[in-house]
Amino acid sequence: MKNSILEINNLKVFPDNNSRLKLVKNISLNLKKGKTTCIVGESGSGKSLTALSVMQLLSSQLGMSGSIVFEGVNLVNLTKEEIRRRRGKDIAMIFQEPMTSLNPVLTIGYQIEEAIRVHENFLKTELNKRVEELLNIVGIPKNRINSYPDELSGGQRQRVMIAMAISCSPKLLIADEPTTALDVTVQAQILNLLNDLKIKFKMTMLFITHDFGVVEDIADDVAVMYQGEIVEQGTVLNVLKKPKHPYTKALLDCVPDPHGKKNLKPIDYSALKRAME
Amino acid sequence: MKILLEAKNLSKEYVKTTGFFARTSSSIKALDNLSINIKKGITLAVVGESGSGKSTLAKSLIRLIELDKGSITFKEKNIRTISGHELKVTRKNIQMIFQDPYASLNPRMKIIKIMEEPLKIHDIGNSKTQYSKILNMIKRVGLEEDDLSKYPHQFSGGQRQRIGIARALILEPELVICDEPVSALDVSVQAQIIQLLKSLQKEFGLTYLFITHDLRIVRHIANEVIVMKDGKLIEQGKTDIIFRSPKTKYTKELLASIPGNLLKRK
Repeated sequence: MKNSILEINNLKVFPDNNSRLKLVKNISLNLKKGKTTCIVGESGSGKSLTALSVMQLLSSQLGMSGSIVFEGVNLVNLTKEEIRRRRGKDIAMIFQEPMTSLNPVLTIGYQIEEAIRVHENFLKTELNKRVEELLNIVGIPKNRINSYPDELSGGQRQRVMIAMAISCSPKLLIADEPTTALDVTVQAQILNLLNDLKIKFKMTMLFITHDFGVVEDIADDVAVMYQGEIVEQGTVLNVLKKPKHPYTKALLDCVPDPHGKKNLKPIDYSALKRAME
Repeated sequence: MKILLEAKNLSKEYVKTTGFFARTSSSIKALDNLSINIKKGITLAVVGESGSGKSTLAKSLIRLIELDKGSITFKEKNIRTISGHELKVTRKNIQMIFQDPYASLNPRMKIIKIMEEPLKIHDIGNSKTQYSKILNMIKRVGLEEDDLSKYPHQFSGGQRQRIGIARALILEPELVICDEPVSALDVSVQAQIIQLLKSLQKEFGLTYLFITHDLRIVRHIANEVIVMKDGKLIEQGKTDIIFRSPKTKYTKELLASIPGNLLKRK
C-alpha cells in the first residue's frame, strides 16, 4: 500500500516449546503514514505481543512467523545489529510504567543524552542543546535536567520517556498503554502532548490501550483484538459508532458512559461465542 | 434520609523530616478540616487525583490511621475515642474492599481460611454455621464450592476481587468502604464487578463510600459525590447535578479530562 509505513502480514506468535498454541493468530495490519492506529482489547488479547514483535523485542521463549515490513524492509530478516540501528531511531517505544522504564540512579538529562548518543555523533555542546530542546518540547523545565527519576511526578516521568523516544525523530512511535498508570488530568495532558507531537513531527503512532475513551481521543484507525485475533478494524468513527463485530459491540457496552445514559452491560461470553459462530 | 456516619473537621498532617539530625521538616496536609456526612443506603463517591487525601480519609474512618483532629460519629459513637470491644464491633460494621486484589489476599491461605478468619475474630457462629454462611456468600459473588479449597494465585484478577468482596460482606457490615475496587481491572471485568456491587447493595441494604479517580464510574454507581483536592473538600452534591453543572473550576477541569471527551473532534 502506498500510504502505509508499516505492514504486518500474517503475524503469529507462539511459545517456542509449543508452536501449536498461538498467542497471536495470523494478524495483518497496515499503519498509515502520519496516522494514529489504536489496538484495543482486554488483557491477554495479544496487543502487547503485537507491539513487541514490531520492535523485535519478544521474549526469547517466544517464536514468531509472518512479515513485518517497515518502509519496504522486512524487519524479521534483519540481523541483530541491523535491527538495533533502527530501534530507537526509526521506531521508538514508550511503556506503561515510567518508573520501571527509567534508571533510578542516573539523572534524566543523562538518560535522554544516552538515547541520542547511541544513534548520533554529536559534540558535547550540541548534545546539551538537543537535550534542553527535547525537555522544552515535552514541557519539563530546563532546571530539572539533573533531577533523578524519583524526584519527578508520574506524569513528568512519562514526559521524560517521551523525550527519549522522540530524541532521534522516529518515524514510528509505539506507545504501550502510556497513560494507564496516570491520573485522569495528567492523562489528558499526555494525550494532548502525543497528539501535538504526531502532527508537528509527522509521526506515525501505534497506540495500545484498553480504554475506549482514550481511543476516541487519539485514534484515526482502530483494530480490536480478541484472543489473539483482530476481529474488527477500521476508522475510529466506524468502529466506535457503527461496530460490526459482536465482540466490539459487547466491549463497547462495558465502557462506563460519562453521560450516564446507557447501562453497563458485562460481556456475556457464552452469548458472544454463539454470535461469533 | 438517615445519616449513618458523620465526620467533622478531620485533619491529618504528615511531617517529613530531612537533613542533618532531621532538622528540616516539611509537612503535607493529607486532610485539611474536612467534614462529610454519609447517608444510609446510598453510594457516596470520593473523587480526586493521587495525593488528594482520598485514601487517608478512607483509612481514618476505620481507624487504620489516627487523625490529628476531628470527630467521626458512627451509630452514636465517636470512632476516634472508642476502644476495646466497642471498636471491634464498629470495625465489624465498617468493612473495606481494596484496590489491588493481588495484594489484599494472603497467598498462603486457602479461600476457605481467608473467609473464615473474620468470622472467627468476631466469634460468629460455630464451624458448621460458619461453613454454610461462607458457602452462601461465595456463591452469591459468583464463585463455587470447589473454589474454597483453592489458593488466591489460582484465580484471575476479577475473581480475586469477588473474593475480596465476599470477605468484606461476610460480617454483614452496614458501611463498605471501596478503595478503587475496579481500577486494576479490565473494562469488561470492571463492568461485572460494578454490577455485582450494585446488586449486593440492593440485596443487603449496604451503604458504600466509593473512592475512585474515574469519573465515568462515578456516574454509574454513585448517588452523591464529593470532590477532594489537597486534603480539602472542593465540591459536593448529587451526582447528576455535579456532572451537569459543576460549580468550581477544579471540578470542571476534572470533568473535561474524562477520556473520550477532551478533544471534541470531528
